[in-house]
Amino acid sequence: MVQTDLNENSNMVKVLHKSMSKLETVKINEVKQETPTIKSFYLDKDIDAKPGQFVMLWVPGVDEFPVALSRIHGKCSLTVKAIGKGTEALHRMTAGDTLGIRGPYGNGYTLDERDTLVVIGGYGGASILPAVDELNRQGVNVKVALGAACDEELLFADELSLISDVALCTDDGSVGKHCMVTELAMGMFDDVEQVLTCGPEKMMKKTVDICMERGIPVQASLERYMKCGMGLCDSCSIDGLQVCVDGPVFTGEQLSKVNEFGKFERDPTGRRTSI
Amino acid sequence: MVSLKTSVAGIELENPLILASGILGQTASTISNMFKAGFGGVVTKSIGKDPRSGHPNPTMLELDTGLLNAMGLPNQGIDSFENELKELFSIVSGKPIIGSIFASNSSEFVDLAERMEDIGVHALELNLSCPHAKGYGAAIGHDTETAGTSVLEVKNAVDMPVFAKLPPADNISEIAQAVEGAGADAIVAINTLKAMAINLETRKPFLGNKVGGYSGPAIKPVGLRCVYESYQTVDIPVIGCGGITTGRDALEYVLAGATALEIGSSIYYRGKDAPRKIVEEMKSIMEQQEIDKLSDIIGAVHD
Ligand SMILES: Cc1cc2nc3c(=O)[nH]c(=O)nc-3n(C[C@H](O)[C@H](O)[C@H](O)COP(=O)(O)OP(=O)(O)OC[C@H]3O[C@@H](n4cnc5c(N)ncnc54)[C@H](O)[C@@H]3O)c2cc1C
Ligand SMILES: Cc1cc2nc3c(=O)[nH]c(=O)nc-3n(C[C@H](O)[C@H](O)[C@H](O)COP(=O)(O)O)c2cc1C
Ligand code: FES
Repeated sequence: MVQTDLNENSNMVKVLHKSMSKLETVKINEVKQETPTIKSFYLDKDIDAKPGQFVMLWVPGVDEFPVALSRIHGKCSLTVKAIGKGTEALHRMTAGDTLGIRGPYGNGYTLDERDTLVVIGGYGGASILPAVDELNRQGVNVKVALGAACDEELLFADELSLISDVALCTDDGSVGKHCMVTELAMGMFDDVEQVLTCGPEKMMKKTVDICMERGIPVQASLERYMKCGMGLCDSCSIDGLQVCVDGPVFTGEQLSKVNEFGKFERDPTGRRTSI
Repeated sequence: MVSLKTSVAGIELENPLILASGILGQTASTISNMFKAGFGGVVTKSIGKDPRSGHPNPTMLELDTGLLNAMGLPNQGIDSFENELKELFSIVSGKPIIGSIFASNSSEFVDLAERMEDIGVHALELNLSCPHAKGYGAAIGHDTETAGTSVLEVKNAVDMPVFAKLPPADNISEIAQAVEGAGADAIVAINTLKAMAINLETRKPFLGNKVGGYSGPAIKPVGLRCVYESYQTVDIPVIGCGGITTGRDALEYVLAGATALEIGSSIYYRGKDAPRKIVEEMKSIMEQQEIDKLSDIIGAVHD
């Protein structure tokens, strides 16, 4: 968190925090097509961050939006699905192009050295890959339930297989089990002492509910519409918590008190809308 | 025991720190948490007639000594915000809640003011000072006549304290006089300073709206000057705002003439418990200097 040092005899707030909201420009070193709709962008700078933290990514002259750090150790990357104006503009960028970043923001996952089950839907792997990587480095057993719409859209299936035991499922049955990822995960809870999940919110809600019933500690990484990213504008709030600074990772315990979880989000005007 | 109690236009405050408009003030549960964090009062996000998405991202950036924003007055619109306020009143009671409104003309101000009064806020703050939303805010506040008319018509329509939030204008004393003459119950000075950031590498302005408003530690000297000049010219209370980050900052504003203080960017610099920290610092300085109550030093720098 931000730290300030108050010098008693001076008016100055010596702002000791590392000015995490200043703009830093980075260059794209390499672009990797992960799935037909998802690309990874390797950056020319390291970002000192925890798994699960994110940056506000500026596509110059186009848009700025939150993106998780998908790889942290070694080559730092962002992994983004093209879904609209900003993300599509990013997908048109190539090695050598310049991006702006602010951050890293948010809390990240709290990783205990315990047998772990990871439940991922859609592009959720973008936020959770560095967590699995870190757990694997610590020698922790990690099982992953990975789901996507179809075979080609399974994100990081190969990369995750190198560092964890991966089970797959698809909505269309093109590969792996033909079911929802929560159903796949149901059969994987044996010996599990910690669960991490990232993906569509309804899926995370189900996962959190199951874990709470079974008394297994669970953490979920949430998404909300973000403007400032630094805890000031109230646009990303859920029941009084700011997802950008208090999250994006929340524990099952926290979420059991959040009525909006799995039900409501807010649009850019601040109005509640159903998920 | 040092007392930080203060009152502005009949609004009693446990302590003089009020959450400034636009910072964590658009949802009921967040506002309720801001009271728990130690604020004596809260100003809501500025609310308009219709829902508004605000300016496109990027909307916020940290600079060396302050923050730059071009949120562009995003808000739910009064219809939807009414539900938010009702929810707020169901979880928080007896705490001063000040409704901020913005409009492009005085009849719109009046409509919004009447709605806010019906919903039950304790005072109104007219945003006559946002520097980066075309046709609103400073576009009105910089013009003494329009500012005066807006206040006058709102005062005629509602029966509650009305605060006029002014821009950091060179002629702030004239604007202050105009709104006092029109019946304003207090002046809030200041809003952000119109500013911009340019990125050298990409040769582009950073903000989606290109220009925005500057806040935080850098603008404190401007805020102090505006409070000082307003206090000199008007008899109504002045609420100081702009770059208040520590207890010392807060007390300097009081010396310049502030009866209460609004705090925004400090939430970034010092975290969500900023008000508690600032209150503690104010108390310990007051103890050291043997000041019993705030009213003993309001405007003390004036001859
Ligand atoms: C903490 C966090 C981490 C994220 N990490 C990743 C990631 O690693 N990879 C990835 O592909 N996506 C990630 N996202 C989602 C990503 O931010 C959106 O997909 C992106 O903003 C879409 O922008 P657009 O201009 O292409 O879409 P638009 O056409 O502008 O909008 C399409 C939809 O995208 C979402 N969106 C748009 N702007 C924002 C915004 N400023 N904040 C939040 N959501 C927005 C909204 O749901 C909107 O309906 C993350 C979101 C959050 C909150
Ligand atoms: C993100 C942000 C949003 C703001 N929104 C509003 C607003 O809606 N209405 C308003 O009157 N002032 C708004 N302001 C201005 C603040 O209320 C305050 O006047 C200004 O930031 C100076 O105080 P500070 O230095 O303590 O932040 C906003 C400021 C910031 C940083
Ligand atoms: S994005 Fe502004 S408070 Fe979280």
